Amino acid sequence: MSNVRPRIRLPRSAKAGDVVQVRTLISHPMETGNRRDTDGSVIPRQIINRFTCEYAGKIVLEAELEISVAANPYFEFDVKVEESGDFVFTWHDDDGSVYSETERLELS
Amino acid sequence: MITRRTTLSAGLGAAALAVLPLKVAASAVDEAITRFTGGAAISDGGITVIAPEIAENGESVPVEIDAPGASEIMILATGNPTPAVVRVRFGEASGTSRLATRLRLGETQDVVALAKMPDGSVLRGATEVRVTIGGCGG
Repeated sequence: MSNVRPRIRLPRSAKAGDVVQVRTLISHPMETGNRRDTDGSVIPRQIINRFTCEYAGKIVLEAELEISVAANPYFEFDVKVEESGDFVFTWHDDDGSVYSETERLELS
Repeated sequence: MITRRTTLSAGLGAAALAVLPLKVAASAVDEAITRFTGGAAISDGGITVIAPEIAENGESVPVEIDAPGASEIMILATGNPTPAVVRVRFGEASGTSRLATRLRLGETQDVVALAKMPDGSVLRGATEVRVTIGGCGG
């Protein structure tokens, strides 16, 4: 699917042992499969069905999404950072696409 | 021929039909809950569900779940045709068992959150959201 754009908000700085807040959003219609177009035909379901976040090789969270997650899925959560490392975010689309975003956090 | 008895039974039939969709919805909620709990007993409390009292637009309703110590949570929109919304497992780099997200709500309903604790117990929290314009429209 095109026009899918992930956005990540990380803190600018953090120290080892901090719990930091992470906000993520991905532009996606989250089509439920319950809607019809103007011709009356069903618009097929197409959602982000899975979202994961890892930090420094460790799992932060794994989410399984259903159709009642609002369009442009937004998640805000907390991460315990013990060392500098990469945040890896992945979103799995019903059509098989995987969107991935990596951002590094250097601890002070 | 229309007698008092046939009229009564027709009325009862109509009433039963009217009740049916509610029963279907309730069992969909029960099924989603059982899939998550695996049949474990559920106790109320120990988990916070924050959502607006009134949502003008059901297309995107902010909800925050805070379930200290939980290893896994699930959010249910009990009044939606598909009640399970999202299920989240927290890993070792997770800082707290907190999640904020946005839901679609088709009508006024209870938003329920379940939390699985490391000892296998399940906690439940809920809050009612009154929806002015539903978010499951076609």
